[in-house]
Amino acid sequence: MIITVKLVVNGEPKTVETEPDRPLLDVIREDLQLTGAKYGCGEGECRACTVLMDGRPVTACDTPITKADGTRIVTIEGLAEGDALHPVQEAFIAEGAMQCGFCATGMILTAVSLLEQNPSPTDAQIVEWMNGNLCRCCGYPSILNAVRRAARQTTGAGA
Amino acid sequence: MAKLAWPGPDRRKNIGARISRLDGPEKTTGTAKYSYDMNREGMLYAKLYQSPHAIAKVTAVDTSEAEAMPGVKGVYIEKDRRGEFPNITYAGDIICAIAATSEEIADEALTKVKVSYSDIGSPQMNDNDPSLISGRDQSKEQGDPDAGFGEADAVSEGTYGLACITHACLESHGQMAEFKDGELYVWPSTQNVSGYAGGLARAAELSADKIHVECQYMGGGFGSKFGADKWGSISTILSKQTAKPVKLMLERDQEHKVAGHRPSAFGTVKIGVKKDGTITAWDSDIWGSGGMGNFRMPPLPYVFTGLPNYRTLGRGIKVNRGAARAWRGPNHPQAALITMCALDDAAHAIGMDSLSFFKKNLHLTDRPEVYAEELDKAAEMIDWKGKWHPRGENTGGSMRSGLGLSIHTWGGGGGQSDCAVTINPDGSVVGRTGTQDLGTGTRTVQAIVLSDTLGLPVDKVRIEIGKNSLPASGASGGSTTVGGVSSSTRDAATQALNALLEKVAPDLGVEADKLEAWDGRIQEIGNPSKGMSWEQACSLLGGMAITKQGSKDTSDGTILTVSGVGGVGIADVTVDIETGMVTINEYAAVQDCGLIIDEKTCESQLYGGTIMGITYALYEETVYDPATGAMLNPDFEFYKIAGLADVGKIKVHLMRGPKYEDRGVVGIGEPAVISQGAAIANAVANAIGVRVPELPLTPDRVLDAISKGGVA
Repeated sequence: MIITVKLVVNGEPKTVETEPDRPLLDVIREDLQLTGAKYGCGEGECRACTVLMDGRPVTACDTPITKADGTRIVTIEGLAEGDALHPVQEAFIAEGAMQCGFCATGMILTAVSLLEQNPSPTDAQIVEWMNGNLCRCCGYPSILNAVRRAARQTTGAGA
Repeated sequence: MAKLAWPGPDRRKNIGARISRLDGPEKTTGTAKYSYDMNREGMLYAKLYQSPHAIAKVTAVDTSEAEAMPGVKGVYIEKDRRGEFPNITYAGDIICAIAATSEEIADEALTKVKVSYSDIGSPQMNDNDPSLISGRDQSKEQGDPDAGFGEADAVSEGTYGLACITHACLESHGQMAEFKDGELYVWPSTQNVSGYAGGLARAAELSADKIHVECQYMGGGFGSKFGADKWGSISTILSKQTAKPVKLMLERDQEHKVAGHRPSAFGTVKIGVKKDGTITAWDSDIWGSGGMGNFRMPPLPYVFTGLPNYRTLGRGIKVNRGAARAWRGPNHPQAALITMCALDDAAHAIGMDSLSFFKKNLHLTDRPEVYAEELDKAAEMIDWKGKWHPRGENTGGSMRSGLGLSIHTWGGGGGQSDCAVTINPDGSVVGRTGTQDLGTGTRTVQAIVLSDTLGLPVDKVRIEIGKNSLPASGASGGSTTVGGVSSSTRDAATQALNALLEKVAPDLGVEADKLEAWDGRIQEIGNPSKGMSWEQACSLLGGMAITKQGSKDTSDGTILTVSGVGGVGIADVTVDIETGMVTINEYAAVQDCGLIIDEKTCESQLYGGTIMGITYALYEETVYDPATGAMLNPDFEFYKIAGLADVGKIKVHLMRGPKYEDRGVVGIGEPAVISQGAAIANAVANAIGVRVPELPLTPDRVLDAISKGGVA
């Protein structure tokens, strides 16, 4: 069976014809060719596949495409405005908050969703929010610094 | 002429500075294409069929029903060189593979494969029972251990060990394969771009020169991604068979089962010690398993190799699990855990502060001064003086705190590497090397060396890596990449610069050997007024670019990379004696790094190594069903990787100054991950008053140890 799913991806309306049992991640990566979201575990445990669905972070690897029908999806490719990177992206670059970088796109989108709902998080709030995003090369200290830096920049509290 | 030797501190602008990694923009915007991101027109997805049995003979593989499915395009059935089905030796062994137009079809087709087995046996899954030893004895003896024990005032004896863990790279193993015009193009996730093609030659039925390898970005390797592997061959064969591009990336459970294990190690250590802290004798009996492969005894006694009297015995146990692979710092975390915990127990046996005990015995190591400086630094960072208490002293309530330390060593001298540097008449510069960036910052390091050598800012040079068509560079193993590529880049860049200086000399009326590249100019040494801009100088090349090739073994024999570093770690933990939960409060990592090329990526290795070390100290362990041999936690739910909330406050310190930097470049990816298991285990023992014999230090193990004694 093939179903039709309508999504708004990075601001652009998309219509996808797909088998209904596919995860959102495969549709994004294979049908829409947006490969920034990664497969790490397929079970929503590592969050390398994180995208924003109606502003909330979801693990695309275990989100059925049917659940994404009618939603607004933001992937890492849609975060920058033209050439201007999002402050969280800038902060990750400045802090060197990645090594292999496979977790970086999911980390960044997770941090973006935190700062959108809480522009001035405490360290404890950052740690709690980001805790489920796994990094095997383990850039956690610089990831924490990057989220702090982005928060300072977005709230104008000085960098 | 420009000299090959590393410049002194006053002549380094980029080398040793804090430079942000150059691939940050690609990695933060999703434009970095990993092997797993390569999608080719008309490609097929291949999936593996794995044995559910740990021991069996495959007698038949029937793929007819799978092949009849619409969308199934190719089938591969594993056979040995005699054309027979291989004997299964672990649950997860690969039996066949299907290539189909979608992942879903490939998955469904796998359910229609029928495999018949005979001789299904019971696996041997226990790697911690010395009665199961089957390997040959590996032993070493120095001095007279028995006489040494006779001189001792006290003898401490303990059991120590670490479970088998996996590499758990976030990007799994695999590759994209495509044949075009009779040649093979592959995009593997690999630590070995230049050496990868040879492993596919048989499967591709091509000579290696017709196999084109590219890996620009890869999601971690940690020692598990050196070869083309079975899945590389399978995707190649399926691509040839179907005349389509074929992508085969392992799924997470497969990655855990087949793509690499760190050997376990367990055993007993007996140490003789005098009241003043002098170690008189060591006797260790170690066993463990590298799966069905050989077990290699960890280097014991570790670091304290000058122990006058010791005896060590190491023996392997065969276990029906996936093959062992090099795991970041092979055998050193095991050696550190066993040695440093046993020494800590010896210190306790004579009632001595662990720090004083270790410092007293540093003359038994290869670099006493380095370790002494590092231990003092780490002790200061963690406030050892303020926080230290004798083992098990009641720090009040159910939350008990403790300190523990460990020291380690590693080689890290540069591996073979060639680099070609081109200076173009328009002033653009490119360095080309067939190396790879595992996330460690290879590109960034090369750009720093290249730019500093030419007196340019980092963003004025470009680095090309990740293709086997580029000058060959060794596999990234043993922390040898930074030493290799920084040497070859420096050699090539210096030669290219000297060729440029020869061209420019007549125009400036200064002899070439009196010229320097500095601050974006070619000028008389120390005299900016007698010179010209880099661009002007390059324009004198006319229509001909300069390309020079350099090597790790440099053109004039100058040695730019050396082997051998020491480092220390101190852990500050709190143990909840009611739940057995261990919390890392702080970890201080102090490391001798040789000449640091990029302080930021160097620190990043120490942070990363420390967290990976905390992870194997507290969480990581493969768990198998003893009856079937099935891995029970091939995921990230029950195979736990530390998150941001689990790692406490990590403090890193890089040793700087001429004593360290004048030695040359040394890789530090591996030393960064060695001491954590021992330091944390020692801190837990200090907190609860009793040794938890094995890692990971899970609540059940901690409570079990507490129940057997300890905790005032």
